[in-house]
Amino acid sequence: MQIHISTKDGIPIYKQIINQIKYMIASRRLNPGEKLPPVRKLAEMLLINPNTVARAYRDLETLGLVQTRQGSGVCISEGASPLAQEQKMKILAERADSLLTEAQQMDIDLEQIIALLHERHIQLQS
Amino acid sequence: MSNTIIEITDLCRRFGKHTALNQVNLRIQQGTVLGLVGENGAGKTTLIKHMLGLFKAQSGFVRVFGMNPIQHPKEVLSRIGFLSEDRDMPEWMTIKQYMTYTQAFYPTWDTACANSLISQFSLDTSQKIKNLSRGQRAKTGLLLALAYKPDLLLFDEPSSGLDPVVRRDILGAIVRTIAEEGRTVVLSSHLLDEVERVADTICMIHQGRVILRNPMEQIRSSFHKFTLILDAPTETRPTLPGMLTCEGGPMEWSMVCKQDISSIKQSAQGLNAQIVDLASPTLDDIFVAQVKGQGENTEPRT
Repeated sequence: MQIHISTKDGIPIYKQIINQIKYMIASRRLNPGEKLPPVRKLAEMLLINPNTVARAYRDLETLGLVQTRQGSGVCISEGASPLAQEQKMKILAERADSLLTEAQQMDIDLEQIIALLHERHIQLQS
Repeated sequence: MSNTIIEITDLCRRFGKHTALNQVNLRIQQGTVLGLVGENGAGKTTLIKHMLGLFKAQSGFVRVFGMNPIQHPKEVLSRIGFLSEDRDMPEWMTIKQYMTYTQAFYPTWDTACANSLISQFSLDTSQKIKNLSRGQRAKTGLLLALAYKPDLLLFDEPSSGLDPVVRRDILGAIVRTIAEEGRTVVLSSHLLDEVERVADTICMIHQGRVILRNPMEQIRSSFHKFTLILDAPTETRPTLPGMLTCEGGPMEWSMVCKQDISSIKQSAQGLNAQIVDLASPTLDDIFVAQVKGQGENTEPRT
């Protein structure tokens, strides 16, 4: 399981873990029933405080994306898939915010952005 | 139920005319991983030496496990694992001999743990310490600090001068130690990336004074780094509440502020300015900002 964290990101480490796991669920790289590494193992892999991993797992459990099973650790919830659509849109909304903010800084208006999106969509299809 | 493992109250220390520590107050609960950061000469090593009972408090108190390390050296030191960049070890001994020698002083020595560390670090215990590479020396030092399962670990620049591969090994061993219950860790390091990864509490020392002492989470949420874009260029730096550093201009200013985000946004609005690239500063940014910010505070020094 490929999770990467960076201390240079400006985003708290536990959030980076949560975001990446959400993304993996949304893109089907992680599927319901699949096990996540135990807290200690992931902490060692990423070289971070185990409490940070524990927190990420706790928050994911609160979101209903993972479940803790007695004796077998943490795994992706069966109910995770229906939420995937919501998570996907949330991730894309963040990307949209970045794009819109940058456009504003550059003095490019919304119409130009929409036109750009159409153009790129066509380019990518070909 | 948490104990106070280290309690330092109003600690002062001078070396001749130089004040190394000035009214230092610190309380560390069991299970904490404290990141001790500061420039070279800020007082970090001096502080750690007080915890080890190597220095006597000139004024103030030092208590480790509730005891004065000067008065109860055996009881305190037998429960502390210490690793510094000095790695002062008997050069003529083999690793095995050094282990046997050390074992005699520590009744809590765990042979299984020691053997596990030997294989984790890929050490050949028949090698003489003088023939070890820097990385192997550091690992040996770490092995000897961990094998008797100390309740408190004091690391003073453990990774200094080591290549990235060895640093990762050492950090891995530290992470595994943290995962074991009840251990308390003090990590003094200027490798802020490592500190950010493992510390849950940060204590910043500058010129012998504690300039910041907070849980990591609180630090991340109280400091903000961003670019302020004014609607018109200006010669003088803009001012926002809690501002620590402000660079750039005349229209775009890079700032670090210690203030809640809504106050910052409100003030920015008041200046007809925009905030972009809002992020949590790294520990490095915060440290530099605090030190620079300190410099600009004209507080009379007592």
